Amino acid sequence: MDFSFSEEQTLLRNTVQSFLQDKYDFDTRRKIVASDEGFRRDYWQQFAELGLLAAPFSEEMGGLGGGAIDTMIIMEEFGRHLVVEPFLETVVLAGGFLREGGSPAQQEELIPGIIGGEDIWTFAYAEPQGRYNLADLKTTAKKDGDGFVLNGYKCVVLAAPWADKLVVTARTSGGQRDRDGVTVFIVDKGADGVSTRDYPTVDGRRASEITFENVKLGADAVIGEVDKGLPLVEKVTDQAIAALSAEAIGGMKELNEATVEYCKTRKQFGVPIGKFQVLQHRMVDMFMAYEQSVSMTYMVNLKVEEEEAERKKAASGAKVQIGKAGRFVGQQAVQLHGGMGMTDELSVGHYFKRLTMIDTQFGNVDHHLKRYSSAA
Amino acid sequence: MDMSFSPEEIAFRDEVRAFIADNYPQELRDLKTRGDMTKEQILMWHRILYKKGWIAPHWPVEYGGTGWSITQRYIWNEECARAETTPLLPFGLSMVGPVIYTFGNEEQKKRFLPGILSGDDWWCQGYSEPGAGSDLASLRTKAVREGDHYIINGSKTWTTLAQHADWMFCLAKTDPDAKAQDAISFFLIDMKTPGITVRPIITMDGGHEVNEVFLEDVKVPAENLIGEENKGWTYAKFLLGNERSGIAGVARSKKAIERLKNIAKAELVDGEPLLDQEEFSTKISEVEIDLTALEFTELRTLAAESKGQGPGPESSILKIKGTEIQQRITELTLEAVGHYGFVYAPHGHERTGNEYVPGPEYAAGQSQNYFNMRKTAIYGGSNEIQHNIIAKMVLGL
Repeated sequence: MDFSFSEEQTLLRNTVQSFLQDKYDFDTRRKIVASDEGFRRDYWQQFAELGLLAAPFSEEMGGLGGGAIDTMIIMEEFGRHLVVEPFLETVVLAGGFLREGGSPAQQEELIPGIIGGEDIWTFAYAEPQGRYNLADLKTTAKKDGDGFVLNGYKCVVLAAPWADKLVVTARTSGGQRDRDGVTVFIVDKGADGVSTRDYPTVDGRRASEITFENVKLGADAVIGEVDKGLPLVEKVTDQAIAALSAEAIGGMKELNEATVEYCKTRKQFGVPIGKFQVLQHRMVDMFMAYEQSVSMTYMVNLKVEEEEAERKKAASGAKVQIGKAGRFVGQQAVQLHGGMGMTDELSVGHYFKRLTMIDTQFGNVDHHLKRYSSAA
Repeated sequence: MDMSFSPEEIAFRDEVRAFIADNYPQELRDLKTRGDMTKEQILMWHRILYKKGWIAPHWPVEYGGTGWSITQRYIWNEECARAETTPLLPFGLSMVGPVIYTFGNEEQKKRFLPGILSGDDWWCQGYSEPGAGSDLASLRTKAVREGDHYIINGSKTWTTLAQHADWMFCLAKTDPDAKAQDAISFFLIDMKTPGITVRPIITMDGGHEVNEVFLEDVKVPAENLIGEENKGWTYAKFLLGNERSGIAGVARSKKAIERLKNIAKAELVDGEPLLDQEEFSTKISEVEIDLTALEFTELRTLAAESKGQGPGPESSILKIKGTEIQQRITELTLEAVGHYGFVYAPHGHERTGNEYVPGPEYAAGQSQNYFNMRKTAIYGGSNEIQHNIIAKMVLGL
């Protein structure tokens, strides 16, 4: 039993930390969020140069041969700085689809663009009626000669305004919610028939609503097997949940440290407010919520490669923990900062908003409690 | 004990319901989100009620109250919430108004009460300071008497809607040597006085409700001092007691639960309404039960008040439970809207006309509303302070 990090992993963390400390302080992040484009393309290039975009890919694929733990380290540090760049969408999600389900030809053609920072990707899966059910799809892809014709609508596609390429789920057979009949496609965002409308999100990122109207796709646009895409989607989104858990503990760590520091310095009634027992116990609860979340984050990242039932339990269990803990830590960090915690000026509210939205990504606490129960 | 309405009370309910239906302006019904209201829109309903004579039901009749019974006032609040009328601003009507008619002199009553009732004077609250939040008595704004006026220096913060205000009621220290509670005075300050600067504070939901107010050598006539010099803490506490009793928001929370249920009916989980999911409907039931308890707690408080008791320290219960319930409802509403909780809905001051806010109309701004409502456990004396009040004043600990 050993929970320590390898030398390479420690080096990776140091690399990410020193980059973000130099270039991603809260004021810089504020400017990035407010800029026209909403993210830093030059930073994305630097992520590529630092090897971050290559970290989880195997050496045969041109990567650095890391795994879930490397992704976890990067996402945790990103969480501490509220990084908005689409690492989760490009490397973890699209990269995951290509790694787990892509043909050798697809891997050879597309992974270098991710590792090199040339291509930004995202995953368009959510539909308004589907909520968190990944199989509830009205988007269809109908057989057309060798290829397919894609029609449908995807909502709240995070990072889509920045993306060049999309991974899209569509129904190729069966009823609207059948587990069978789901297929995963690669779609160029610039393809004929793809239209997007972009907007900002409450946590400082960007998203799009995407309409597909008779978009022609070749047979080589399919990732994995036709009609058998759902297990692949579940596996990759579970990996994304493992990564999101790491982002969440990064955010919670920052909030807890900021709150303890504030309560040590903020004086009311002649003493630092951290002297009041009711607030001390609250901060202890926040600390415990964080520690439990760290544990679940390690657990899910260690188990994300296990067989299906075990992996599902690990991912849903972690998602429930970070959903609950993120809400508690976020709300209490605001509360203990008082009025200051409510302001846009302080970072506290921004971490709180991000933690709130992490609960919504890939299913909230209720959804994953149910999924956990059915997997157990 | 009797909960049923008399025939007279039912007639009263029908009367006010008809009045609201006939007189609540279409322009306000058409508003999509509350945050977008202009100053005139915020005052629109106020002015209509003023004309009708119903603007201050809780005031004594001699100062402009309606003389309604506790039950009638309850019915009125219920009907306003039911029709989702825009809330009236509390700063004049519920805060400084009662201070003026209770502690002010005849001249002050004549001068200030009419503007509060008509809505011509917009008031803001100069209480909190950067260093004085929960510990309000530690405030540092200073007022020094010079002939027939005071010179006030200091700064106030979290001043809600000060950007529109004509007047501010303000606490300042008038005795540098006495202990805090014997050193504070209560002033009425014209916001047009030279030396006052208002700076916006943007909150995490993107809205501009609160401000910092800086006072630099602000000259305030001595006749704008309420009551006696150095007795302001008494008046300030009286005002806070009133602030707490209005804070429960029972009728509005009922309406918010109704809206939440409608959203949960429209949102689907595997093709079935979210409202039919046991784990979600159970959460709504829990908050509804909490609200029922609070409603009866508030009615008991009101009944005691009508017999001349209170509002005492028990009103802290209304503040704590009322805000917890409001926060829980916004949390469940955000949960209900699912993916569309991500969408940022721009506020009025950010609008350019080209914004795109996708998703169902009911989802717009729900996450921001949830973020914004975190303030309720902080303002009006934080909920931790309210616990202290109950511990000390009610339980005698």
